[in-house]
Amino acid sequence: MRLVFIKKLIALILCIVCPFWLVSCGKSSAENAENQIIVFNYGDYIDRDVLDQFYEETGIKVVYEEFLTPEAMYTKYKNGTVKYDLICCSEYMLDKMIKDGEAKEVDFSSMKYTNNIGENFWQFAEKFDAGNKYTIPYFWGTVGILYNTEMIDTVPDSWSVLWDKNFKNNIIMQNSVRDSFIPPLILDGKSINTTDENTLRKALEKLKEQKSLVQSYLVDEVRDDMVNDQAALAVIYSGEASLANEYNENLEYVVPKEGSNIWMDSWIIPNGGSNYKGAVKFLDFLCRDDIAQKNFEYVYYSTPNEAVLKNIDEEEKEDDNAIFPDEDILERCEMFTYLGVEAEELYSRLWKELKVY
Amino acid sequence: MGKLGSRLLAGPYIVWMVLFTIIPLCLVVYNAFTNSGGVFTLDNVLAIFDPVNLKPLWLSVKMSLIVTISCFLLAFPLAMVLWKYSKNKNSLIVMVFILPMWMNFMLRTLAWRLILLNNGFLNHGLALLGLNPIYLMNTKVAIILGTAYDYFPFMLLPIYNALVKIDRDVINAANDLGATGFVVLKRIILPLSLPGIVSGITMVLVPSVSEFVIADMLGGGKVYLIGNVIEQAFNSGYADVHLGSGLSLSLMGIIVISMLFYKFFDKGEERSGIW
Repeated sequence: MRLVFIKKLIALILCIVCPFWLVSCGKSSAENAENQIIVFNYGDYIDRDVLDQFYEETGIKVVYEEFLTPEAMYTKYKNGTVKYDLICCSEYMLDKMIKDGEAKEVDFSSMKYTNNIGENFWQFAEKFDAGNKYTIPYFWGTVGILYNTEMIDTVPDSWSVLWDKNFKNNIIMQNSVRDSFIPPLILDGKSINTTDENTLRKALEKLKEQKSLVQSYLVDEVRDDMVNDQAALAVIYSGEASLANEYNENLEYVVPKEGSNIWMDSWIIPNGGSNYKGAVKFLDFLCRDDIAQKNFEYVYYSTPNEAVLKNIDEEEKEDDNAIFPDEDILERCEMFTYLGVEAEELYSRLWKELKVY
Repeated sequence: MGKLGSRLLAGPYIVWMVLFTIIPLCLVVYNAFTNSGGVFTLDNVLAIFDPVNLKPLWLSVKMSLIVTISCFLLAFPLAMVLWKYSKNKNSLIVMVFILPMWMNFMLRTLAWRLILLNNGFLNHGLALLGLNPIYLMNTKVAIILGTAYDYFPFMLLPIYNALVKIDRDVINAANDLGATGFVVLKRIILPLSLPGIVSGITMVLVPSVSEFVIADMLGGGKVYLIGNVIEQAFNSGYADVHLGSGLSLSLMGIIVISMLFYKFFDKGEERSGIW
């Protein structure tokens, strides 16, 4: 009898308390809007100490969230449940957001450190953000081939090596639509931003032909598998390549001679955010010499911040061609642009056809 | 008074059901029958007949059937052994087989990855024995292995529970009347454990048809199941929520139809749940 009573009491308390608790949560977050910003970024893409330091210096708390792919980011952002103040993402997704009018212009007049970003990176950013109004570059890099010198004698400096039958079951491809179309399109002498169906179909045929040679299509595991000597060749991002080399010195990185993709991750202020001033402050903070240095050391991707670059000695630059590529490599590379809904659907369809092949 | 109490206690569960089952289901149905403009359409539901979707569906069905059959072939004899040698449900030997279920299934699948990799534990072992390596990783076999492993307890426990309920005197009686072991198995044990078998099959077949995580982890992106198709529809940025919902609904329809088919066998029998 007593037990039943206690159970009822607990249920009753839960029924009464729960709604209040939910309401109070909503209230407190609204009150805090002035002293906090909500930041959305790729996984493991910032030194967390930087967030604490920002809070100590400005009193603005950084609520930090992470995502895996630009597509997942966009789905969640569009959902609208969380009002993000700042998002860091890849150029083609930012291109889409800018074109759809989903970004606020950055107030450069109130920022002190944006001069740290090198002139040529602003120029690269023009490709998706004409006039450099909406975005600030964060990290950048190339797409190339990571190879194991123990398993391959020559330098695989052409994309055609990915179709070499000698490497059957020894090739890892990127498990994402646009990245996997880079090699066939470039080998065919076409732009990686083409929307021509015949060209893309031709590229798809090449990829289908390649499928029997491919060991796996991966995203995050590419680096781990290469470090563990699972495969001889992999299509990979430069930042990941440099990390892989740290774990396994037999791994080397090359940007194929036919050219490749150059990518850039930048910050954008989406429309929905509630603390614009805080967001701009945080962006300026990220460009500051010491903070950029910290993030560079933690993430170790190519940084567009000249203040950081000039502190790195020539020897280190020569040692790591993935993070510090030669100027002439950049001339061969093309940046992704947003292709529009129709092309996206076509790509999505072709990707499915490759996957079920 | 007592009735009111139990209703109150059911309250949280009803809230849960409405929030996380009923409302999402309504959203799926709504999205399945509309396009991005909000206009009624049957395209998304019928998209399952598109060869690009039909092929992975067929592959999913084939693979889940193989998984279910191999689970059954392994689980039934094992359940018989457990039934014979364990005094009760909580005995140590039964625990040993439930134990892996206490671990997160992602971790267990990840372990399979380490075992099957080209230079994983399996091939190291084979090399020690002087045998040629086998490359199972990123194949359909790897996915079938992983899925069968993950769902095995869902086949074993219902069958074991059904067997435990069989009165041993019935079997003794059959033996006294001169029935051979095979006849006992065929005419007594199998029919009496049928409810358990049916619920085991349902619990393995249904989730494994829509499985996509294991295919992702062990298939290396080379094997594409209907679950992956739906996942891509929801998760790629050009998210086609409507297509994804349409495909989910068709898949749900197929599963419900096959469940009704099973119900036919299950009529009037007492169901043996997993515990």
